[in-house]
Order: sequence, then C-alpha cells, then structure tokens
Amino acid sequence: MDLSRKPRVRLIFSRAMDIAVGFVTLAALVPLASVLYMVVRKGAGNLRWSMLWELPPAAGMDGGGFGNALVGTLLMVAIGAAVSVPTGILTAIFLTEYSLGSKSARLIRFCAKILSGLPSILAGVFVFGVLVINRDLHLWGWNFGGFSAIAGGGALGILMLPIVILSAEEALLRVPRFLREASLALGANRTQTVLHITLPAAISTIITGVMLAVARAAGETAPILFTALFTSYWISSLHEPTASMAVLIYNFSSVPYDNMVNMAWSASFVLIFIVLVTNIVSHLVANRSK
Amino acid sequence: MTNPATNVPFSNGPASEQIANIRQTLLMMASLANRNLALAMRALVERDEKLAASVEAEDSQLDELEITIDELVINHMATHAPVATDCRFMLVASKISSNLERIADQAVAIARRSLELNKEPLLKPLIDIPHMAEIAEGMLRDSVTALIEHKPELAQEIIRRDKEVDGINKQLARELTSFMLEDPSTITRALNLTIVARCLERVADHCKNIAEEVYYLYQAVDIRHERAP
Amino acid sequence: MSPTSPTSMMDESIPTAQTDEVVVSPDASASSSTVEKSVRLSAPTIIDINNVDFHYGANKALHNIHFPIKEKLVTAFIGPSGCGKSTLLRCLNRMNDLIDGTRVSAGSIKISGVDIYHPSVDVIELRKRVGMVFQKSNPFPKSIYENVVYGLRLQGVSDKARLDETVERSLRGAALWEEVRDRLHTSALGLSGGQQQRLCIARAIAVEPEIILMDEPCSALDPIATVKVEELIHQLKQDYTIVIVTHNMQQAGRCSDITAFFYMGKLIEIDATEKIFTNPSQKQTEDYISGRFG
Repeated sequence: MDLSRKPRVRLIFSRAMDIAVGFVTLAALVPLASVLYMVVRKGAGNLRWSMLWELPPAAGMDGGGFGNALVGTLLMVAIGAAVSVPTGILTAIFLTEYSLGSKSARLIRFCAKILSGLPSILAGVFVFGVLVINRDLHLWGWNFGGFSAIAGGGALGILMLPIVILSAEEALLRVPRFLREASLALGANRTQTVLHITLPAAISTIITGVMLAVARAAGETAPILFTALFTSYWISSLHEPTASMAVLIYNFSSVPYDNMVNMAWSASFVLIFIVLVTNIVSHLVANRSK
Repeated sequence: MTNPATNVPFSNGPASEQIANIRQTLLMMASLANRNLALAMRALVERDEKLAASVEAEDSQLDELEITIDELVINHMATHAPVATDCRFMLVASKISSNLERIADQAVAIARRSLELNKEPLLKPLIDIPHMAEIAEGMLRDSVTALIEHKPELAQEIIRRDKEVDGINKQLARELTSFMLEDPSTITRALNLTIVARCLERVADHCKNIAEEVYYLYQAVDIRHERAP
Repeated sequence: MSPTSPTSMMDESIPTAQTDEVVVSPDASASSSTVEKSVRLSAPTIIDINNVDFHYGANKALHNIHFPIKEKLVTAFIGPSGCGKSTLLRCLNRMNDLIDGTRVSAGSIKISGVDIYHPSVDVIELRKRVGMVFQKSNPFPKSIYENVVYGLRLQGVSDKARLDETVERSLRGAALWEEVRDRLHTSALGLSGGQQQRLCIARAIAVEPEIILMDEPCSALDPIATVKVEELIHQLKQDYTIVIVTHNMQQAGRCSDITAFFYMGKLIEIDATEKIFTNPSQKQTEDYISGRFG
C-alpha cells in the first residue's frame, strides 16, 4: 500500500484552485460589503436617536426624524402579514394535505410561483385600481377606499403571499410522512393530524418563511408609493395616507437639502438594520428547531 | 395454550421457557428410569411378579417422553436457532433421553427375566447382581446430579465405575459358565442370570454415556470413546 | 363449503401430528371440517380474510388471500421483499386508503364479523380498535407523556387522573415505565431507538385496541433492543391479538405462534410456527426458510 505523498503537480493544482475559489467568493461579497459600508458610514454617522421618534422636517429645516415612517412601515408590514400569513398557511395546508398532486394543486402552485415573480409595482397598481380609486369602498363598516395604510398593507400582502405559500408548503412537505401515518393509525382524522402534528412540526420553518417575506416587504417602495402615499404627520387612522421608510428614503434622497439627504441615509441604515435583524432572527429560529 | 389433539402448543413461548420445559421433561424421564430400574431389581430380588408387571406397564410412559423430548428439541432448534450452551443442550438432551429410554428398556428386560427365574428356586444367593445394580443406580443418580448441579467433574468418576461394573460382569459370567458346565440342570437359570448381568452392564454403559454427554454440555469437550478431557 | 385455498390451510393443519389429515390438494374433504371445528373451538378467529384481491392502480398486488387470524395469538407474515405482506397488513387497518389508486378489488376482510371495507364503517373507529406500530419508530416531537396520551386526547379525554393512569399503564405494558418514569415530560426524541419503538408500542396500546399490527418493528433496532421488543410481544399476546410482518424469519420463529408465508402476492402456506419451521408442506416454503432464495 503506497501512502506516499501525491505528485507535486496535483498538489499545486489543488492549491491553486483553493485560492481561486476563495478569491471569487470574496469578489462576490464585494457588492454587499460595499453597500453596507456605504450605508453604515453615511447613515450611522448622522444617526441621532431622536430621529426615531421625530417627524420629518420641512424642506430646508434642520432636525426632525422619521418616526412616523418607521411606525408606518412596521404597521403596513403587519397588515400585509395579517393578510398573507393566514391565507398563505391555509393555502399551503390545502396544497399538501388535501389535494396533493391534483390538477388544482398544480395550478395553484403555478400561480403562486408566477406571483412571486410579480414586479412589485404591479401589486401597487392592482391595489390602486381596486381599493384606492374607490374613495368610498365600504365593507363591513370599514372604508377600504382611498390612499391608506390598509391599501399599502394590502399591496405588501400580495407580495408576501407567494413567499408564505411556497415556504409553508415546503415546510409541510418536509414533515416526514411517517409522523402523519402514526397520527392516523391512532384514529385521528386529517384535520386533527394537521392541527396537532403536521403544523406544529412545520411551524419553525413556516416562521422562517414568514420572516423572509417580512424582510422583503419592509423594503418595498413601489407598491406603497401610490397606495399609501406619504405624510409628515403621525398616523391617526388606517384610512389615511401613511408614511413609510422606503418612500421617505425615495423622497428625501433626491432633494437638494443636506439635512434631508442625510436623513435618507440614516433611514436607509435603520431599514437595512431591521431587515438584517429580521433575517438573523429567522435563521436562529430555524436552527433552534433542528 | 396447547392444541389438545396433538400437544403442540399454540403458544410459542420465549426461549428460556422452552429450554426449561425440555429440562423438566428430561429430569422427569430420569427419575422415572431410576424408579423403573429399582423396581425391576426389587422384583428380581423379592421374586415379586406384580412388581415385574408394573415395570413393563410403566415403560410406555418413558417411550412417550423420549418422543416428546425429541419433538420439543427439534421445534426449539428450528424456531430459535440456539447457539453455544443452548445448542449443545439440545443435542445432549436428545441423546440423554435416548439413553434413559434404553435404560428403561433394560429394566423391562430384567423384569421379564425375573419372571422366568421365579419359575425355579434360586440358583445361588444374589450378591454380585445386586452389587452391579447398586453401582449402576448410583451412576445414574450421580450423572443426573452432574446435570442438575452443573458438575461435569463428576463424569470421570462415573466413567471409572463403568469399568468396575464391566469387571463384575465378566467375573460373574465366568462363574455362571462354570455352574452350567458342572450341572446342566442349572442352565436355564444361569443363562437368565447372565442376561440380567448383561442388562445391568448395559445400564452402566448408558449411564456412562449420560455422564459423557453432561461433560460435553458443560465443558464443550467430547470425551466419548476414551478421549482425554 | 370449504373455499379453495393454498395447501395446508391453517384450520386443517393445527393439529400437526395427524399428517394424513393435512390437506394437500385444494379439495377439502369431510375430515378437514371436523378438524377445522376442533381448531375453531380452541382458538377463536378474530380476523377473517376472505378471498381478497388487492390492486395498486392497475397492478394486482394480492391474489385470492384467504385465511383466518386467531385471537390472542401472534401471527407472523414472512416472505421475500415485495411479496405483499406489508400490503396485506396495511389492509387490516385500512392504512392503504391513504395511497391513491389502491383498492380491495375482490373479497372481504371481516374483523369480529364486521366487514371493514363496508361504506358504513368509520375508518377512525377501526383504527382505534386496530393499532399499528411502524418499521421506523415515529414518536411525535412532543414529550413522552404527550405521545402516549395523544390517542386519548383525540377522543376528547382531558381528565388528568385518567390520562396519568393511562400513561403509567401503557408504559408498564410496553416495559418502558421504569426507564422513563422520572422524565415523562421530556422530549420523546431524546430516547434511544429501542426505547422510542417501545414508546410507539405504548402509544398504540394506550387506546386499548384489540389488535396490534406491527410492520417490521425491529428492523431498525440493535440486537439488545430487538430482544426487549420480542419479550414484550410475548407478554402482549396475553391481552392483544398481534400480527407482525417481518423479513427476519428467525424473528418469526422466536415470536410467533402462527406463520404465514407469502410469495408474489399469494399465500403459499400458513401453519403453526413449529410446523412451518420443522416440516413445511410446500417446497417453496422450505426453500425460503432455508435461505435458498429470497
């Protein structure tokens, strides 16, 4: 048995490949690193704690903050989640438990995939045409019409929905079949099995999916642009135009006032921070369950 | 739960139960064989015809037991595939039961001879034959003891006693031959006594076999045919 | 009228000693019915499998399976891979209903006289009476306690005293109580493989079924865990009818009272285990158990 070292040529080639791969990886990280660097340098430096709870400044004025935009973003993402998460999970349950493999299931899944690739502005256009235009759309005692947080949240919900459906479906499919069989063999019907066994087993992966959807929705600009508009005031009702971080950044970054531009950078920093934290938390949740 | 028609149990018990069952049956067979031999000798010495008849009657039970043990052994081997001591035990149980059955057969033969001998008065006082029987019965008891109490070391001593019985048999045969040569009227009785002596010699052989099997069971060494342990 | 059947139909062949009464040809004669009667009297039937055919889609997986399963005895199904033994087992608690395109295309299966494929039968009720233990132990990712009481909770039982009592009884019945009594509320996934499988058995007996089906319960276990489960089977059969599928025929030999040998979807031979292993009537059976094929 010859255990002596391999010929030198192979060794050199192997080493060269190692270096090349490492180099390419670093190169791929450059855009991310540079964006982060930029945002952190320009945003963190100018960030004042007071920005988190002050209203946006008028043109040319100093000070101010993006408190209402922060609240608005969180609120609209919450509305979006309220719309998309239950619907998405139930749809995923329907796809995996009740109609696996059937034509309707394939169709729904196909639609969800298309929807996930939907340009976000189209979600905004859709909500604009359905909700915003009808100023007095009264349903169940609520006014759904006009520019509002509800419309903005709805548009975000449309964008979140396919992510929730697809990741919940994958999570449910990953639940081993033998767990379901064990439950059924003990005399459970399908509903009980889903409720007590399948869903709890998949829940952490589903939460991860939801958080990814949340992270995406938090940063969307286009759909909120003409559904929730913008305002410089604190939110007083869900039926009024609402501020959001993304729109604030959009607005403030293209004006000639330094204060506002700096604020846009700070808002970007905070927004990236939120998205980063959400992603990290979702990863931690996913890993804890393993 | 046993099928009453065939005695094949419905329930297949755990291995330990089955082995214990075989052991019990074997020990029961041993004590029956012991008893039948003692009865046969008593029938001979006391010239008791009823005793002799009962020995014959009891023999069928032993035959049944031999068949039962073999059935239990093959069933256990087929279903549990025993190894090591358990496997040796299966082999040994089968052989011991066969030896015990032959011992019982010899007892029946002795009983039959005693019936024949009762037809005429005693040829000579019975000394050697009871002596041989005593040794043989001792050998049987001791080999069973060796089995029950896990004492394979008793085997060698038992094998030595077989030689003693052989010696007595040869000597008795010579003595009886001289009787027959001197007085032809004693031929029937002398021949019957010779046969009885030979039966006892065979009993001692079977007991020696049992001792060898017990030795093999516990030491996993085959000392048959005078192989060294 | 005795149905046509493979040779040594079980009723005729327990008793085994009367070899001339073992039916060698499908023509069951009068002698077999008297033997049949004496056997039925001493070992009652709990499952009647009558001329069952089974299809996976267009594929016929079981051909004219016909034999009874006796109460409170262990019946083992043996045979090479793909012979249909697991399929038949899963018919008994209708777990095959979960797979699309499967159906019992002929015959009937009656448990305690009730045709289990009749439209009026509630499958949920059936599965409470016929429990199942699977090849790979599949405890729920819950605590040991919650695993055992799952079946009862499904039925709406919430009385703590009753649940506690059930947990202890079932875990004792599965020979697991002493090992886990101090950690009932820890995760079931922390148990060893053998313990998990015994937990699955405890879970199954917690709902007090009459019949327990076991699909190769020891195939994923090490030898010591296997011995424990086999000892458990010996104890369980005092209270439950057990049907076990195993591809390890030594296990069938050790555990079962009655063994059925299947090949290519057909029942080849069924008899008392000792008879099958010492003197099977069919050459195929003898070849299989001697390891000459399959």
